Amino acid sequence: MAVLQMQKINLCALKKNRKRILEMIQALGIVEVVSDEELMEGFEKMDTSAQKSQFEKTAAQVDQALECLQKHIPEKKGMLDSLAGREYVDSKTFDKAMEDKNLYLSIANEIVQLEKKMAENHANILKINTEIDSLSSWTEMDIPMNTLETKKTDILIGTMDGQYDLDAVYTMLAKAGDALADITIVSVSKNQTCLVAVCLKTDTSAVEEALRANGFARASFLSRKTPSERIEVLKGKIKELEDDTKNAEERLADLSVNREDLRLISDYFRIRAEKYGVLGGLAQSKNTFFISGYVPKRDSERIVRKLTDSFDVMVELEEIPDTEEAPVRLINNTFSASTESVVESFGLPKKGEIDPTFIMSFFYVFLFGLMLSDAAYGLILALACGFVLLKFKTMEQGLRKTLRMFFYCGLSTLFWGLMFGGFFGDLVTVVAKTFFGKDVAFPIVWFEPLKDPMRLLLYSLLFGLIHLFTGLAIKGYMLIKEGKYLDCLFDVGFWFALLFGLVLILIPSELFASIAGQQFHFPGFVNILAKVLALVGLIGIILMSGRANKNPALRIALGLYDIYNITGWLSDVLSYSRLLALGLATGVIAQVVNQMGSMMGGGVVGAIFFIIVFIIGHTLNIAINLLGAYVHTNRLQYVEFFGKFYEGGGRPFEPFQQNTKYIRIKEDH
Amino acid sequence: MFTEQLGIVYALLGAAVAVLFAGAGSAIGVGVAGQAAAGVVTEDPSKFAKVLILQLLPGTQGIYGLLVGFIVLSKVGLLGGGAAEISLQTGLLIFAACLPIGIVGLISGMHQGRTAVASIGIVAKKPEQFAKSMLFPAMVETYAILALLISILAVTSINV
Repeated sequence: MAVLQMQKINLCALKKNRKRILEMIQALGIVEVVSDEELMEGFEKMDTSAQKSQFEKTAAQVDQALECLQKHIPEKKGMLDSLAGREYVDSKTFDKAMEDKNLYLSIANEIVQLEKKMAENHANILKINTEIDSLSSWTEMDIPMNTLETKKTDILIGTMDGQYDLDAVYTMLAKAGDALADITIVSVSKNQTCLVAVCLKTDTSAVEEALRANGFARASFLSRKTPSERIEVLKGKIKELEDDTKNAEERLADLSVNREDLRLISDYFRIRAEKYGVLGGLAQSKNTFFISGYVPKRDSERIVRKLTDSFDVMVELEEIPDTEEAPVRLINNTFSASTESVVESFGLPKKGEIDPTFIMSFFYVFLFGLMLSDAAYGLILALACGFVLLKFKTMEQGLRKTLRMFFYCGLSTLFWGLMFGGFFGDLVTVVAKTFFGKDVAFPIVWFEPLKDPMRLLLYSLLFGLIHLFTGLAIKGYMLIKEGKYLDCLFDVGFWFALLFGLVLILIPSELFASIAGQQFHFPGFVNILAKVLALVGLIGIILMSGRANKNPALRIALGLYDIYNITGWLSDVLSYSRLLALGLATGVIAQVVNQMGSMMGGGVVGAIFFIIVFIIGHTLNIAINLLGAYVHTNRLQYVEFFGKFYEGGGRPFEPFQQNTKYIRIKEDH
Repeated sequence: MFTEQLGIVYALLGAAVAVLFAGAGSAIGVGVAGQAAAGVVTEDPSKFAKVLILQLLPGTQGIYGLLVGFIVLSKVGLLGGGAAEISLQTGLLIFAACLPIGIVGLISGMHQGRTAVASIGIVAKKPEQFAKSMLFPAMVETYAILALLISILAVTSINV
């Protein structure tokens, strides 16, 4: 239960070893390198931003090629395969792929070009198809499309809006005058009529005028072929383009065998970009360079030895001065570590705070189980997480921890489900009654919440009180650790006295008896003790809470205001009533599902119906209550528990390492 | 004579109020949050799981309403057939007991939906702050839980 102890490391070496030293530190991945803001005289920083962005660009280009491959030749992956995490690659394979990096870069480039080509072909095919569409109404026409005239006649090719037959067009012409023309209707569709008019050159203008009055417009074609011939040509072009695309696809398929190596290359450039980023922050003189940073204390000796064994370097370790805030990494036992992500997403402990993960992890699992509280659901959750954890040994660290957390939460849910007799709600009872006509009930170890909600409410508040008191105690512990004994007494001790006193006064009262349905009697001295405790706490808080103020009146006023925090405690404790509400919600919805399933009665039809309702209903119930339990357990930790002692705000430890996207490099130490 | 028989009607009305209003509140809340979530997914499909969780948060009021409604129905015996004899007074008591979760469920559901929309905004811009963004809607839910508590305690303690 702690924060990993850090040390400062300072290193000075010759520039000729710069590259190899940096690479070694990066491969070790346990040193956080700090960029010095102020440089000593004679030192300067190198501008590496150009190289860095060049490498990043190359990595992005390879990524793009990989995306193209994924789009056209998708990799077959099972649903759960992504749980296995990034692939492990040993450094030999990695180095070998690096030797051919130019080859792979050209492959990546080719893939991107092929993809571009395919996209162009696709666009062209669309364009040609629209042309074919527009020609399809002219297929009956058997003269070249760009014909305008013969020796003596003009030929008008065009369209008219609307549907016309031959008679209608001739009537149109006759009405307009005595110009004559030979009309051929090529095709008639819903909104337009395609026609060809042949007339003497002398009549052309009259004929065109007459037709135009009815919406005629010449069609402009460039092709010297007849429409049907033209369509054939276009179809040929489409075929060509399709073949081209097909070839490109085949080529892509051929290239897709390089997928693994491309991933290595992409990560290689990513690692180099990272290295150059760090390099740009280092102080360098003409012949030497400096690295300063943080390193976990447990690894520091090993690193120093490794560096001094391999190179001529000066390495110096020192404790972190009080003025500096060390980067934080949490370190806990396997059980508690599974809930680290909960603490991390609230905020890492800042300087002087302790890591709350260890204590929180027990409460977390306890409260989570209490909220879900169904033996079957817990069993399913634990089995599912356990199975996945066992099956995928190479899973990423973060995911592994989360699944482990849900595994423990599942066990806790199982425990509480047994206590309260919930197994898919009241499944046992309903099935026994509907299908076998018997009265059987799932054994209840403790009591049934739905029958006695008051009792569970009181226990929920009690658990809450314990949780909150633990938080207050941790605050006291932190104050003692810092040597602020008086602060501990004033800010924590008096509150404990007041709250304990109040609770002891409350328990034998009639109000409590009416809630609990039972009258408690304490021996006389306890009652007196309770009053004394409460009074001492009360007076202590009023006098001491505003002690930072010299003005006595203001000090008392501040103290009185602090007493108002009792309402805060009240609302914090009442907040734990959600344990009851969420626990009941799981149980009742499960009962509703079972009840609905049993509506068709016994028999085969009833059984089938029951199974269908059972599967859908309980899946939904698990999903929604899992979400509820997760959210509200987090809330109880963040707001009620952390609110008593924890602020967070520490800076995470970010070592200089090989940050890869696709692979994990196995080091041969 | 006639008014005496109204007891069961009021009891059922109570169950209806609990399910109806709380459900409506959740529907509104999940609805507005869903619109915001869909917007985020069009920009970045990888955030689907996170925004889905946030969208579901205002959905619990409907469940709480269902919970109270179910307890009422099973208490007055409407589920097993053969309704119990409910006096007018008991019926009205049950009706009153259902009001907290119905009304608070409606209002908190709507507001939790709006808070969820804002939290979805957090996830869109800073996905690493997901855990904190989940807290804001959960704060609103506290009051639905308090109302649920009183409704349950009241319904279960009424003698039929």
